[in-house]
Amino acid sequence: MKKKIVSAILSAAMVASLLVGCGTTNAPEGASGESGQVESEAAETEAEGTEAVPEAVTTVGPDSGTHMEMWSFVEAHNTFYAQMLDKWNEQNPDRQIQITFTTYPYGDMHQKLIMSLQTATGAPDLCDVEMGQVPNVYEGVDQWLYPLNDAMKPYEADMLKSRLDAYKGSDGNQYGAPFHVGATVMYWNLAELEKYNITQADVDAVETWDDYTALGKKYIEARGEEGKYFTSVDTGGADWLWIAMAEYGEDWTGGFEGKANVQLDSVKKMLTMQQGWLNDKVAEVSPDGHVDLEAGYQNILDKNIVSFPKAMWYMSRFKNYMPEEKGNWYITKCPVFEAGQNCSVGIGGTGTVVTQQSSDPALAADFLCFAKMSPEGETKIWEDLGFDVCNTSLWSDDSFAHDESNYYNTFFRNYPYDVLNSIKDNIGTIMTVEISPTINEQICTTTLNEVLEDGMDVDSALAEAQNAVDLEQ
Amino acid sequence: MRWILNSNITGGAGAIEAKASHSSKKEGNTLSFKKFLYSQKTAPYVFALPFILSFTIFWIYPLFSAIIMSFQDIGAVTTKFIGIKNYTKLLKDSVFHIAMANSFEYMLFTCLLLIPFPLLYAVLMDSNLVKAKGLWKALLYVPALTSVVISGTLFRLMFSEYKTGQLNVLMTMLGLPAMKWLKVKFTSEIALLLLCCWRWTGVNMLYFLSGLKSIDKSLYESADIDGATSWQKFKFITIPLMKPTTIYVLTISIYAGLSMFLESFMLWAGNSSPNNIGLTIVGYLYKRGIEKDDMGYACAVGVVLMVLGLIINFVQLGLNGTLKKEED
Repeated sequence: MKKKIVSAILSAAMVASLLVGCGTTNAPEGASGESGQVESEAAETEAEGTEAVPEAVTTVGPDSGTHMEMWSFVEAHNTFYAQMLDKWNEQNPDRQIQITFTTYPYGDMHQKLIMSLQTATGAPDLCDVEMGQVPNVYEGVDQWLYPLNDAMKPYEADMLKSRLDAYKGSDGNQYGAPFHVGATVMYWNLAELEKYNITQADVDAVETWDDYTALGKKYIEARGEEGKYFTSVDTGGADWLWIAMAEYGEDWTGGFEGKANVQLDSVKKMLTMQQGWLNDKVAEVSPDGHVDLEAGYQNILDKNIVSFPKAMWYMSRFKNYMPEEKGNWYITKCPVFEAGQNCSVGIGGTGTVVTQQSSDPALAADFLCFAKMSPEGETKIWEDLGFDVCNTSLWSDDSFAHDESNYYNTFFRNYPYDVLNSIKDNIGTIMTVEISPTINEQICTTTLNEVLEDGMDVDSALAEAQNAVDLEQ
Repeated sequence: MRWILNSNITGGAGAIEAKASHSSKKEGNTLSFKKFLYSQKTAPYVFALPFILSFTIFWIYPLFSAIIMSFQDIGAVTTKFIGIKNYTKLLKDSVFHIAMANSFEYMLFTCLLLIPFPLLYAVLMDSNLVKAKGLWKALLYVPALTSVVISGTLFRLMFSEYKTGQLNVLMTMLGLPAMKWLKVKFTSEIALLLLCCWRWTGVNMLYFLSGLKSIDKSLYESADIDGATSWQKFKFITIPLMKPTTIYVLTISIYAGLSMFLESFMLWAGNSSPNNIGLTIVGYLYKRGIEKDDMGYACAVGVVLMVLGLIINFVQLGLNGTLKKEED
């Protein structure tokens, strides 16, 4: 009899373990307080294997409100949305919302989102989508995502149009709400340059890339030290090439209608110029491929490079990784190839989307646009996240742009928004379309390495890249 | 059948009869279940059922599903059959060719390294030449217990191109220039193979060690009587009798080598390596299927990998005679 019981238990356990494998694992939900207080439940778990493990889960808002789920890959974004949700609930007593915010690692979150959209189940109401992933998530256009066209109407007039366009779908609908412009500017370590008699006036005088190269040579000569360079060029990111394209008004993606072409004059010019810098020891190749990585921050802290172009959101990297650099750095617009060209381009970004699976997509869209496009939300984005906001009406607002209590306004030697205001009409856009990830991958894994590391001829490297891109279109 | 008849007959009768029939029904039920379970024909199937079910659901179904999907273009909203287009595209896809070359190279070198050396270590462990055998075995085996995620990250930091990377510190101490280890094909291949050997030498050694234990010691004794040298004993007794173990290790090494992904994924902190020097077939499958959401094409990559793995192993097993009928 005993044996029977044991064998019955064992077989039950076997069947149960078999079935458990089929079940889905839901992210743990944080308990929510009746008063709408934030109760956070940080799940510090190790992410291993393929299962997406949330890094943090928080529920905000009253139980009586419409319940929604929101995912992000940056915890600071979720903290921001949570604070904006409290404001929304204060201002809209008849449209209360309760949101469970979950932060996942970058790759896991996007894969989970795409899978849930494709299978039409399990998607959150709202979700952050990184620029590079936009084409994958936008593939299902209005079958997957809810257009924000109506919800953003109250704020649309003040928003930078080129930035909104970057988050439009192939059907012309607005699906993503942007965080920032991502305007590319030049960062200069003026404290270091001054040690070698290069003044702010010298830096301000740089108009073209030729001026920039000349100043670089002057610095390298004055410094005369092994391992110290004027700038670093990237093999793991296409930012420099985006700047070049924006300056000449070109776009290798060809937009939604056209064909992709990477063999552009602007790209060739930039790559050829960079090869020259490497030969003249004006530049080095960025350690680990680009400046926005640990090795890149260390390179800056070690004063191995003293200038580089990067989007304005890179300011937050100074705050988070290089706070000791306070007071050393100066921001200007980027040099151009020929006078009169655009001198900046919007790079990177997070477009937040509302999915069609949402319990109340219209309400979710209204909240999203309030959080990311209203002056209140934009002020908070600048204060908490340090991004160059898309609401242009704020740029010239003294209490916003010159606020001395703001970390970034005192961190740099000049006011970041002064630079942004001066380049307001010169910010170009490179479209992010279906072919974009293919181009980006080919350029960042192969072409840039061939040209900058192996010294390969620019034309043949680009021809090879074009072949790879053509295979996909 | 008896209890059904019973219950039918007694259906309209009194309560006592009904109760009696109920108990006999129950009894009959248990009996037939017992009969079913204890029957020599069905029992094996019942006991094998959990395996058959999991094998069907998690292996057979995905396998056929993947073969079908490899002939499809799986879009966000619509899915359509496109014939062999995915396969013709693979023929032209230079990145896939690089991934194939990388995987084959890796498989070849791991087989070349992970069979002779573990065999040698196993023979040493089995001899009287080594002291503190337990310690050595543990030291060689411990890496297999660590997660690839952690060891891959550690190797990445060791091989960092930055001056503070362990190997570059060593290079500087030796007065040599710092190297960009993971950007050059040759040095990155060394890093990958080192990681692989560090992890798997101990495991393969244990396989060989268990193989050695099964060799009859009297064979060595009779060889000693015949005056055989150590080398002759190794060549004419150990190697031939270790053949089954070696074939097993070779077969799993071929599969493991061809399907390697995580090591490369961790070493380059992602699926993108400069000039794709670290991209493997499975890495490319992951890139296409998951990162680019092109499941149809990814399935074609998977099917090609499966077919190649099967061909290589069947040829290998055919050549060394494993597939031949046992001779009496």
